[in-house]
Amino acid sequence: MLISKPQLIVIGNGMVGHHFIEQAIEHDLQHRYDIHVLSAENRPAYDRVYLSSYFEHKDAEQLNLVDLEAYAAAGITLHLDEKVTELNAEQKTVSTAAGHLYPYDLLVIATGSYPFVPPIEGKDHTHCHVYRTIDDLDAILAVAQTPHVKSGVVVGGGLLGLEAAKALVTLGLKTYVVEFAPQLMGVQLDAAGGELLKKKIEDLGVTVLTGKNTQAIIENAAGSDTFLTMQFTDDTTLDTDLIVFSAGIRPDDSLGRQAGLAIGQRGGIIINNACQTNLPDVYAIGECALWDNKIYGLVAPGYSMAKICAKQIAGQSGQRFEGADMSTKLKLMGVDVGSIGDAQARTKDSLSFIYQNPKTGVYKKLVTSSDSKRLLGAVLVGDTEDYGNLLQLFLNDMDLPAQPESLILPNVEKPAMGVDNLPDTATICSCYNVSKGAICASVEQGAMTLEAIKACTKASTGCGGCSQIVKDTLVSQLKKLGFEVKNHLCEHFPYSRQELYHLVRVENIHTFEELLAKHGTGHGCEVCKPTAGSIFASCWNEHVLDKPLVGLQDSNDYYLGNIQKDGTYSVVPRVTGGEINAQKLIVLGEVARDFGLYTKITGGQRVDLFGARIEQLPAIWERLINAGFESGHAYGKSLRTVKSCVGSTWCRYGVDDSVGLAIELENRYKGLRSPHKIKFGVSGCTRECAEAQGKDIGIIATENGWNLYVCGNAGMRPRHAELFAADLDKATLIQYIDRFLMFYVRTADRLQRTSVWREKIEGGLEYLQNVVIHDSLNLAAELEQQMQYIVNTYECEWKAAISDAEKLKRFKHFVNSEQPDSNIIFVPERDQIRPATVEEKALIEG
Amino acid sequence: MQKICSLNDIVPETGVCALVDGLQIAVFRTRNNHLFALNNYDPFSHTNVLSRGIIGGHTEGEQEILYVASPIYKQRFNLATGQCLDDETVRIPCYAVTEQEGAVWVGGVL
Ligand code: SRM
Ligand SMILES: Cc1cc2nc3c(=O)[nH]c(=O)nc-3n(C[C@H](O)[C@H](O)[C@H](O)COP(=O)(O)OP(=O)(O)OC[C@H]3O[C@@H](n4cnc5c(N)ncnc54)[C@H](O)[C@@H]3O)c2cc1C
Ligand code: SF4
Ligand code: FES
Repeated sequence: MLISKPQLIVIGNGMVGHHFIEQAIEHDLQHRYDIHVLSAENRPAYDRVYLSSYFEHKDAEQLNLVDLEAYAAAGITLHLDEKVTELNAEQKTVSTAAGHLYPYDLLVIATGSYPFVPPIEGKDHTHCHVYRTIDDLDAILAVAQTPHVKSGVVVGGGLLGLEAAKALVTLGLKTYVVEFAPQLMGVQLDAAGGELLKKKIEDLGVTVLTGKNTQAIIENAAGSDTFLTMQFTDDTTLDTDLIVFSAGIRPDDSLGRQAGLAIGQRGGIIINNACQTNLPDVYAIGECALWDNKIYGLVAPGYSMAKICAKQIAGQSGQRFEGADMSTKLKLMGVDVGSIGDAQARTKDSLSFIYQNPKTGVYKKLVTSSDSKRLLGAVLVGDTEDYGNLLQLFLNDMDLPAQPESLILPNVEKPAMGVDNLPDTATICSCYNVSKGAICASVEQGAMTLEAIKACTKASTGCGGCSQIVKDTLVSQLKKLGFEVKNHLCEHFPYSRQELYHLVRVENIHTFEELLAKHGTGHGCEVCKPTAGSIFASCWNEHVLDKPLVGLQDSNDYYLGNIQKDGTYSVVPRVTGGEINAQKLIVLGEVARDFGLYTKITGGQRVDLFGARIEQLPAIWERLINAGFESGHAYGKSLRTVKSCVGSTWCRYGVDDSVGLAIELENRYKGLRSPHKIKFGVSGCTRECAEAQGKDIGIIATENGWNLYVCGNAGMRPRHAELFAADLDKATLIQYIDRFLMFYVRTADRLQRTSVWREKIEGGLEYLQNVVIHDSLNLAAELEQQMQYIVNTYECEWKAAISDAEKLKRFKHFVNSEQPDSNIIFVPERDQIRPATVEEKALIEG
Repeated sequence: MQKICSLNDIVPETGVCALVDGLQIAVFRTRNNHLFALNNYDPFSHTNVLSRGIIGGHTEGEQEILYVASPIYKQRFNLATGQCLDDETVRIPCYAVTEQEGAVWVGGVL
């Protein structure tokens, strides 16, 4: 008979339960124990912190945390859909709803917490839900997609409530937040910060009701405007179709209670510094555990408990749980919020330093010790740039500068507080408890990029709040190791594209020669020349074939067509929005026939004519232009196509005229030169036949206007576009797109599509929303004006080229002969032409 | 040597292609009015396109090498020697070129 190993049972495969398993594997516990994980949910652990993103991708797989193969390889058995219903601490067994019995030698309880739903009459209506699991989100989604559902209420204005509210906005519902307390986020913010947050959130179209106590939820009669009515204790009411409760969490301590474990007064299984309950063979970790009378509603402290618990079981009893920092930095509905330590200034004799700017909606507060030498807490609303620095000052108990207020005042030279001043022990990533020393060590071992550091230390893979400081640490360490850290365009310019753009604009530079003389060295090359050409075009919009500019252009721009593998060019006239009438189609056919060109419908809703020799291009374009066509800029790093679906004019589901808008937008932005090509899509309803969410700019009609999506990509690395702003009228839509595109043109790297640019932007989507929607950089007017200049100075490049003898001179294969290039040879295929292969040419010529 | 065009026919920092005794010759003019001539055939893409490439410079040590980058797959060729900078086994023919009284003249293989 086999002597079986002792049994280690883990209840719960949530974030903390899963982290415990990772730690257990790290400490080889699987060799000493037979490990079974019992999970009430029907899927392995997933990332609850990013739960809300599920509404965007609706793909549970993307949230998954568990590598099932790693579990299996370590011999760990994960039992899904196996809810534990009874814990018998005397027999040392647990039994499950499915009727299975598991004996244990060691037990780890990681049952997390459950959402608190106030005991309100009507709370169990099918349109009332909580916000904790993927199943909850599926249920909310189902209600939101029920016909006639238009509005939703979130009960609770804490951190999670506001996140849920954001999700309802994303789902296209008119959204309300109802909060019992007089302010939002009472746990993290002081009253003034809460008030400012409320204002900012209301600016986004969410109605915030504070000081409201819900008494009852009443189902409205069939046929009413809404499904539900909420009644408040002050006799007011609110009509809505969906209610999401987010009124706090309660530790899921039911198994502990039932087995007689020590439980805190307000719930939670009491644990000591070793994460043990009052029974030495039973541990509790994560949100079900009560340590020092505290429940931590955050994942980082749970991860520390998981780590310490695994170490304890592995016999390393030295490591103790010593509490965790509850500081948080979030982006709620596009509003940056940060809270550190004693945000409410409850410490006796503490001093508060406050900066408030009603114009930009920024509020910052520092709480210091009475001698103003130590930071005790901070509140940041509207601008959390200082969060990382302040947190380090707080966590490491560092000396504050003589004028602590300089830490939060704008436009003040910030006291040097770089990562260099931090001790090696400073915790940089609190989610994964990674110290500065650990990051520096990984750099020394060859992790030279943020990605590499993430992979080997896990830093910055949790909430992401530490990414800036991780990057700073990386750069500082690389410098220390003697590496040069630069983002230079090429050997001729010690600047990034963004810096060059600013130099060009500020110094009003119009030629490469001037740029090179003032800011560069050497001759220039195929990298910096086209980049400069593109920047000049974005700024001044002069014809790309004007003399001083022509030498800068890639051959595609040089001949206003895409060069093909055999040295011929393609001809792609603009077909705005993909709409084309019979007459123009006929002209395309005639031109193709008369010049012997290959024709193909492109993926961009237009027609490509291939196989044109350079000397044919002007005549081809002349015919096209006379028929009313324009250049399609298929060759430029510029606006390509605005793809449309048929929309409300013909489609029975269309809510708005997508074709009309697509044409208007394509006409507005055509000719705009940019760091890389730009594509739009406009769909007339959520069926999304124009695939707008795979475009740099995507627009989808809604009942209330247009939803704007940004930074999608369908090419090499597909990326879903993200909802940028909802229900816009056309004027606002165009205003946002103007600002957005100009900001991209101004700040992106060379050949960086909006998708990659977006991923590199510090602060992500919210930062962009702040810049574009809330004008946080005070740039909006300038960006709009620059875009208007481009719009006003648009000319069809081909039309300008064919009416200029100087420019036409170039469209000849030989400078000294009218002969064509004898090396261009076509062979027939499927009733059209194609370039002959090298072998075919040898045969033909031979 | 043969006269192929006037200097003004070549915009500074660009090239043209000339037909000389049945040969396709790419002739480049830099912003300092230096002239270079290479065979127009790009051995990597098998096309006659080098005259349409971008002129660039690469400094190694003291010396800056001028080159043209093919418009098809971007391989670089030393303008003065025809040596490919991206593949040391490849070198294309280069030719004598000069300017006299505003005209550009091209001559035999160097
Ligand atoms: C003609 C066309 C294929 C077709 O037969 O349908 C095409 C052809 C080329 N594409 Fe494309 N792309 C075409 C639609 C697309 C699409 C679909 C779309 O636009 O809806 C995509 C994916 C969408 C996107 O961009 O996100 C697409 C993603 C790419 C990429 C990858 C870009 C990326 O950032 O991932 C490249 C490479 C690049 O630009 O660096 C590329 C590059 C090219 C080039 C320019 C390659 C080259 O340098 O020679 C091709 C030359 C076209 C020519 O000579 O005219 N093409 N290409 C399509 C022209 C559309 C038009 O009317 O302008
Ligand atoms: C929308 C949302 C956003 C959040 N954002 C953040 C954030 O930005 N930062 C942050 O730090 N934290 C955030 N949190 C909190 C974070 O998700 C939790 O702190 C973390 O998930 C706690 O992990 P846990 O394992 O203790 O609990 P859970 O992840 O809840 O896991 C507990 C698991 O145990 C299972 N279980 C319970 N009872 C039983 C039983 N009897 N038998 C078997 N299985 C059982 C449950 O089904 C569940 O799967 C967020 C939470 C939510 C819901
Ligand atoms: S997918 Fe590749 S081969 Fe096809 S058109 Fe685009 S770039 Fe050319
Ligand atoms: S602090 Fe959350 S990922 Fe680093």
